[in-house]
Amino acid sequence: MKSHASLRRPVAPVAPVALTAVVLLAASACGGSASGSASGDGGVEGDLSGTIRVDGSSTVAPLSTAAAQLFQGENPGVRVTVGTSGTGGGFEKFCAGETDISDASRPIEADEKAACQQNDITYEELQIANDGLSVVVNKDNDFAECLTIEQLKKIWEPGSKVNNWNQVDPKFPDEKLELFGPGTDSGTFDYFTEAVNGEEGASRTEYSPSEDDNVTVQGVAGSKGGMGYFGLSYYEENKDELKVLKIDGGDGCVEPTSKTVQDGSYKPLSRPLFIYPKASSLDKPEVEAFVEYYVENSAEIAEKALFVPLNQTQQADLNKDLKRLQEQHGS
Amino acid sequence: MGSPVLDKGPEAGVPEVRRLKSDGTPWRERLFQLSLWASLAVGVVFLGCLLVYIVVEAWPRLNFRILTNFPDIIDPSQAGAQSAIMGTIWVIGFTALYCLPVGFLTAIYLEEYADPERWWNRAVEINIQNLAAVPSIVYGILGLGIISRGLGFGQTVLTASLTLSLLVLPTVIIAAREAIRAVPQSIREASLALGATQWQTIWRQVLPAAVPGMATGSILALSRAIGEAAPLLLLGGLTFITFNPTGPESAFTVLPIQIFNWISQSRSEFVSLAAAAIVILLVILLAMNSLAIWLRNRYSHRW
Repeated sequence: MKSHASLRRPVAPVAPVALTAVVLLAASACGGSASGSASGDGGVEGDLSGTIRVDGSSTVAPLSTAAAQLFQGENPGVRVTVGTSGTGGGFEKFCAGETDISDASRPIEADEKAACQQNDITYEELQIANDGLSVVVNKDNDFAECLTIEQLKKIWEPGSKVNNWNQVDPKFPDEKLELFGPGTDSGTFDYFTEAVNGEEGASRTEYSPSEDDNVTVQGVAGSKGGMGYFGLSYYEENKDELKVLKIDGGDGCVEPTSKTVQDGSYKPLSRPLFIYPKASSLDKPEVEAFVEYYVENSAEIAEKALFVPLNQTQQADLNKDLKRLQEQHGS
Repeated sequence: MGSPVLDKGPEAGVPEVRRLKSDGTPWRERLFQLSLWASLAVGVVFLGCLLVYIVVEAWPRLNFRILTNFPDIIDPSQAGAQSAIMGTIWVIGFTALYCLPVGFLTAIYLEEYADPERWWNRAVEINIQNLAAVPSIVYGILGLGIISRGLGFGQTVLTASLTLSLLVLPTVIIAAREAIRAVPQSIREASLALGATQWQTIWRQVLPAAVPGMATGSILALSRAIGEAAPLLLLGGLTFITFNPTGPESAFTVLPIQIFNWISQSRSEFVSLAAAAIVILLVILLAMNSLAIWLRNRYSHRW
């Protein structure tokens, strides 16, 4: 089921014309006062104004949101908006010229590049944080500690008939395997299927999909043979209810932690997170200032948004990219 | 003559009929009533459960910060839904502004002027009924393709309210038509016979009589719009925005989108924040609803 259905739309009534007038009056009154108070009180960079539109991956959104919030604290005249159309949906809007910055939980793809090229949209790719995909099982699961990528593939590949833990490993007990995971629109789904099954989007279909990772948390926490996967922060927020598996990507079992994700030893389920600023938007001082702020404070932003900050090599690369951008777009 | 005689009357007069009627009915009648109550209970109990659950979940966050503060990803305890509340009010206000006049005029045309024998009028009618059943996400695609991109309105309050107007227009038209049709034909004939023009008849007789029904229909239609998240998500309704709309050209978010966004956050504080936003959505609905009922009652006295 699509996740919007889970909003439980209340079936209750609203009102006709006379009400509209009242509502609009109220709205314009409040709207006016709020916009008035938003301007002024300039700091060092506080003279900047304008609107910056960010859209894209819902995974990256907490990062961009945190960045926007901190940035707006220092630059009250700038309005940053963050949307969550998904990585693909974000690039579609980005390449149509509708947004300034696109959030992405995977690098831009060939057809998206072509779409951007067609509309003369040029852009930069900046990696701003790391994310680990954690594979979790039920707290009462005392037999599974570490799975190899081959075992994960056996479970999750298209057409997989593995429905019991003892089919994963003969040493495991007879326990029904219940699978939970993200829906097919998710960048997490794309990344996991690519890393585990070798092809993006190739997955077994017999599992309980949800766009809301909290549903996956509940599912795994509620069934003894449950297994699911999602971004590391969802595990860390639900440590009491879940158990995380170590993953053997060929060099032994590694547990996903900030450290192993950051240094790249947790593989292949660590992934980079990107922002794609549009080149023509970078010529606008407020967008350039925002991207600068985002890059310079990437560690703090990642921490606040519960992601894994860049390691030194990545940070050095990012700084180099920023320097180049500053030279190109004059600052 | 006292009441005992009255009570006795029918029994004495038609004993056989009464016997026939009562024969074997009590348990069926009771069963029927029981099923009526059970059906009623399904709705009421679920609504009750939902309300209790939501309020309990929302309790720690039901304070003024939710009304006065803006979304805050870093510190959930300081987060609020002001931009979403104002966005919802703006979007629904404009939706009503666009769809009610158009819907009412269409309904008047179809009921009072259109010749149902003509194929094009029948085609319009069938189309409207079909449109009422189209999934809302389809209107989102339409809004994105035509209103946002084609007309170049972008991801603004204007685009959102036009899209929602299209979404609820069929419902408004159908409900308004029902209300107009319910006005007795004799009223129209009397008005016309007294020398009123068709316009005068509609404006002074038919519409005042139909207003309560039209209002009810509009209420139901707009209530569908206010809870709608899917088409607005597709339009690029924003999940993080720290300013209120200032006009139809503003970027916006609405409560359902904000709720959706908070529910899917990893930190549990956001879940109670989402519950608090749901409570606010319910309160807004209730307030508008009460106002509408009041309006409806007021008008229905006149006729």
